[in-house]
Amino acid sequence: MSAKEAVKEPSMLKQKEMIARNYDLLTSTKENGRKVCSTYVPGNLNELLMCFGFLNNLPEINAIQNGMRKLSGDYIMEAEKLGHSEDVCTYVKADIGMMGKGNIAPNGKPLPAPDVLLLSYTGCFTFMKWFELLREQYKCPTLMLHVPYTANGCITDNMRDYVVRQLKEEIIPKLEEISGTRFDIDRLREYLRNSAEAEDDLVWVLEQGKRKPSPIDAYFGAVYYIGPIFTAFRGTQDAVDYYRMLRAEIAERVAQGQGPLTPEGTDVTHQKYRVVTEGPPNWTHFREFWKMFYDEGAVVVASTYTKVGGLYDYDNFRHDPDRPLESLAEYCLGCYTNRNMPTRIDIIERYIREYDADGLLINSIKSCNSFSAGQLVIMREVETRTGKPAAFIESDLVDPRYFSAANIKNRMESYFQMIDQKRKGAAVSALPVTSRGASARHSVATA
Amino acid sequence: MVVTAEIVARCQEVFEDLNFTAARQWKASKAGRKVIGFMPVYIPRELIHAAGMLPLGILGGGDSLEVIHGDAYYQSYICRIPRSTVELGVTGRLDFVDGMLFPFVCDVIRNLSGLWKILFPNVYTHFFDTPQNYRADVGGEYYRRELLELKKDFEELAGREITDDDLRSSIRAYNENRQLVEEVYSFRAHQPWKAPATEVYLLMRAGMVLPVEEHTQLMRDYLAAAEQENRPMRDKTRVVITGSFCEQPPLDLIKSIEIAGCHVVDDDYMLVNRWLKGSVATDGDPIANLAKAFLEQSVETSCKYVEVEQRKGKFLVDCVRERRAEGVIFAAPSFCDPALLDRPMLQHRLAENNIPYIAFKYAENSGQMQPIREQAGTFADSIKLWSEP
Repeated sequence: MSAKEAVKEPSMLKQKEMIARNYDLLTSTKENGRKVCSTYVPGNLNELLMCFGFLNNLPEINAIQNGMRKLSGDYIMEAEKLGHSEDVCTYVKADIGMMGKGNIAPNGKPLPAPDVLLLSYTGCFTFMKWFELLREQYKCPTLMLHVPYTANGCITDNMRDYVVRQLKEEIIPKLEEISGTRFDIDRLREYLRNSAEAEDDLVWVLEQGKRKPSPIDAYFGAVYYIGPIFTAFRGTQDAVDYYRMLRAEIAERVAQGQGPLTPEGTDVTHQKYRVVTEGPPNWTHFREFWKMFYDEGAVVVASTYTKVGGLYDYDNFRHDPDRPLESLAEYCLGCYTNRNMPTRIDIIERYIREYDADGLLINSIKSCNSFSAGQLVIMREVETRTGKPAAFIESDLVDPRYFSAANIKNRMESYFQMIDQKRKGAAVSALPVTSRGASARHSVATA
Repeated sequence: MVVTAEIVARCQEVFEDLNFTAARQWKASKAGRKVIGFMPVYIPRELIHAAGMLPLGILGGGDSLEVIHGDAYYQSYICRIPRSTVELGVTGRLDFVDGMLFPFVCDVIRNLSGLWKILFPNVYTHFFDTPQNYRADVGGEYYRRELLELKKDFEELAGREITDDDLRSSIRAYNENRQLVEEVYSFRAHQPWKAPATEVYLLMRAGMVLPVEEHTQLMRDYLAAAEQENRPMRDKTRVVITGSFCEQPPLDLIKSIEIAGCHVVDDDYMLVNRWLKGSVATDGDPIANLAKAFLEQSVETSCKYVEVEQRKGKFLVDCVRERRAEGVIFAAPSFCDPALLDRPMLQHRLAENNIPYIAFKYAENSGQMQPIREQAGTFADSIKLWSEP
């Protein structure tokens, strides 16, 4: 039986139209003569690519699309048959397997081979090897933008200078050569101005998670909110319009006192649990996973995954038209997984406090070391610092073999019980000393 | 004259000692001495040496360390080296280490640098990010400034200035060491029955703990002793081992490959010893010389970006040719992103050049060697029996 069609708000429909249009453009390059650049979400240089008229194709997004459309499992097995290890990133294998099966886009037409691979890899080692693997297949020019890791929690002058120098000396001249278009810095400034405007609205939307009830789900719902700005649309008027529309929709929900809309069209207004999440969601069982939250009355009020393609709230970064290349460098350097572990812990701690969350839930991804290595320490540190309970579940990005619904559901139910217990404990300690014994006995009897 | 057995016994003692007694003794023998730990794959040890400090290679806990605490820090799908390294740290085995360097290898080691800051806030911790851009005025300039930053940190730690002459002297010491490492590898490639893989491994591994001058002398002694000893020549299959540059295989695994009928004629176990091919210039600006050597003389390994597609895997193919190897064994730790992501590309290059290969995974505490022995044995036999002359 097919899944029930998800209920969509106008902004979602607009986004759907934008994404469909991009795929149509990508799959009709023979007719429209446009050149294609494949690049990544974290650290993407969309504004720069638009200066040269490139269409933007993002392999991670293709993998996510294939995960949600239940195609990634076959693609991964195809890649494993070709000799790719079962241990490595499933985005990579879904992408390689997709190539092996004709590289069919969601619109049913084949994606073109890229004219250039722009490896602006940020916060993830695998990206570097992924494009070496793609380069082997496509035999096209590959540009590398090495973005250093902000290991001491800050961007140093040397890091910024290095990225800017690569942009000036390597990336821009080669993009000019491949596209046949001269670089126009004023055009870049214009796009960056659009980016900053959209980023302001995105941050406003995400910060509504502080409200009670939260009008948004900052993980499952926000995955849609970050769609345009993390992909081919940052810097476009389309993105500005989309985020203005989204902001208005959320403002309306706030005015109505509504919670976020679920795919089933219901509002999660009765919000029993407010959680912060760390790590990407699972894409092959996305709706099933989401349902486990809203069935329990849980809403995600803030998440780290929605900062993977740009961190705009923690230290208020915005693309800056007055410092175009420096600002692109700082954007790349500042993406979430390019932050060191103490900073990641600090971000989460701050979310828990500022969003008045009940705790932290980590979805640890089997094949994503960039996110996952160290998450158990994140969990313990956050618990210690906030006194709020944390839980740990495990799944994968797009490999359906690693999504165990029963296990995840069990863990989540236990976690929510833990929050209940914590609340009861807090309520007991708030009582006068003489009343505590009776209350504690009651708690045990009803457990 | 010393015999190889004595040298190897000394190296084995250093290898098995997870309390790093030799490094502790070095530190204790003179007031004010400091020790800087580093993880694979490459750091410029010359800088540590020039500050009068001891570089100490930390390559996990091997198969003899019982990991109790470390498993609580990492999920089952993450390789073993970070958990055993944490185990070494939290059990006090590294309590004499004044600083830790985490080079650019992969996301796990990168994230471990942050964990170390949290777990050991009083230890100097530095993630050493090497450039993936190899232009002198771009990646070279970035790297030069990173080296200067590191030099400044080491000066603070050591409590003294590092002069250019200090650096030149350290570069000379490591040039000599690199030369001896290359001589040992060449000797083994030439007469592998005289320098078994386990012995060469232990000899290289000793260089992770002992002062460079002592290690250089040890290699010199080993070469002299091995040359003199009359070991029977064996007709084994000559193989190159690749993919083992970070988490190390258990010694039994290295032994098993030999027992199965292979002569190891090259490997990437202790890459920090061999990262720079040839010598670093000793005249002029020593920091600039180290940066130039990194850009122009580094080996190709899975932790690096290869700028030109046609050059991908060339280093491995050239190594097979130069060492007259008959096949390649891909031996990578489980869950090792760099080695496992690189493997298909390297295998394609080998196939294009008609070089046979096999692949398996291991963990530093792998216990069952029979499957490895069977696989390596079949591989060696198949080459001997079926390869065209």
